[in-house]
Amino acid sequence: MFRNVAELVELAESENIQLSEVMIRQEMEVKQLTREEVFQHMERNLDVMEKAVEDGLKGVKSHSGLTGGDAVLIQNYMKNHTPLSGHLLMDAVSKAVATNEVNAAMGTICATPTAGSAGCVPGTLFAVKNQLNPTREQMVRYLFTSGAFGFVVANNASISGAAGGCQAEVGSAAGMAAAAIVEMAGGTPSQSAEAMAITLKNMLGLICDPVAGLVEVPCVKRNAMGSSNAVVAADMALAGVTSRIPCDEVIDAMYKVGQRMPSAFRETAQGGLAATPTGRELEAKVYGISLKKE
Amino acid sequence: MKYRSVFDIIGPVMIGPSSSHTAGAARIGRAARHLFGREPKYAHIYLYGSFAKTYKGHGTDVAIIGGLLDYETFDERIRESLVTARKNGMKIRFHEEDAHTDHPNTAKIKIGDDDGELELVGISIGGGKAEITELNGFELRLSGSHPAILLIHNDRYGAIASATTILAKNEINIGRMEVSRKAQGEQALMVIEVDQNIDDSVLNELERADHITQVAKISD
Repeated sequence: MFRNVAELVELAESENIQLSEVMIRQEMEVKQLTREEVFQHMERNLDVMEKAVEDGLKGVKSHSGLTGGDAVLIQNYMKNHTPLSGHLLMDAVSKAVATNEVNAAMGTICATPTAGSAGCVPGTLFAVKNQLNPTREQMVRYLFTSGAFGFVVANNASISGAAGGCQAEVGSAAGMAAAAIVEMAGGTPSQSAEAMAITLKNMLGLICDPVAGLVEVPCVKRNAMGSSNAVVAADMALAGVTSRIPCDEVIDAMYKVGQRMPSAFRETAQGGLAATPTGRELEAKVYGISLKKE
Repeated sequence: MKYRSVFDIIGPVMIGPSSSHTAGAARIGRAARHLFGREPKYAHIYLYGSFAKTYKGHGTDVAIIGGLLDYETFDERIRESLVTARKNGMKIRFHEEDAHTDHPNTAKIKIGDDDGELELVGISIGGGKAEITELNGFELRLSGSHPAILLIHNDRYGAIASATTILAKNEINIGRMEVSRKAQGEQALMVIEVDQNIDDSVLNELERADHITQVAKISD
């Protein structure tokens, strides 16, 4: 079993296999399952992600009314304009938003690694897909590669906003996506690790401050930015840019930042955006009264 | 290692909006339901930390009750679980607790009916994964990273042997095992961590074994 990113990359490089293959083999071993069983399970998750993106792009609205409809706005904008940040990037953003809007509306999603950060991996996957034209198998592999990096973060740091802030959720999800994009685009295992490191470095310290405690504001847009972060970092890594701080040390830094983060910034709706005047006003509106006291 | 499977990371498939506050909470509720063995008539849910502060927004309430109704994390009926449970006659009360707990997402569930009561403490550790830390006053060290069988049994000789014999017959290897009891001759708890997920047929067999009163499994 690989315990960190260095071991994961080493396993792939020494056996001359993809990172996704390392993850698949480990899963077969740990769960005593056949390759087909492991693959089919992941393919079902892929189907759920695809359906969630589709639903979100048709337009959904959450019960609170705080989120919904932005994925449609972005797609319409892309039909009539050339996005300044590029078509692929905004496509990823719209699909990440779509996923999290469905999640906020209590729709069915696949946690990657969590529900609040479920947009980054599928958002980037279904955008990159249009340019790289992967096979269905490569798309499933994308999820195994993402999962391999998430596995390391979950075991060495945290993927819980309540424990480590948003950096642990969207930060991890974005890093996982970046690493998977690199593999799909034909990059090396080390380049995947660099992409993960570059992404996570840029999300360090991000707090979890959901307005009214709902996984809506700012979670939906954090997934949008996490996805764009992932695409940019993947491009940088593919260009040969490396992180001066190794990926495992970035993950460890994220963990330590999370441990020192006050509880107000760890999914308690007591700080950050949740504690702004408008945040409080929205909260009062959602619950009929304001529940929180400073 | 807390997480052993890639599907802990890419998964579970679930009803939104939060893996820890919705899916993890549903799994704690469902563990309580399985240990209790039937739908309870009343449920007191005590929420701590982030659970207490944000449970309404995250649907933690409908998720835990959904779990008590034996719904899985992806069951769309979770959304209507409070209505369904009340229609079934379940009396439900939520308590927001101020006490500090070791883990920010902690829930204590007290359920019961005329024939019995069960109290369980669970924590939701992220990404939909849940651990049980206390059952009927017994402290558990259930890592949640392996599938486990929980057996409530009478503290009599032969109880442990009858359980392990059944597991051996089904070629199930025991990774770790823990037995605790409240007092000699009273109710006792066996926690058996195994390597693979357990078939329901094995659970049924365990349930019929001597001195064993309740059986539940925790999938990893």
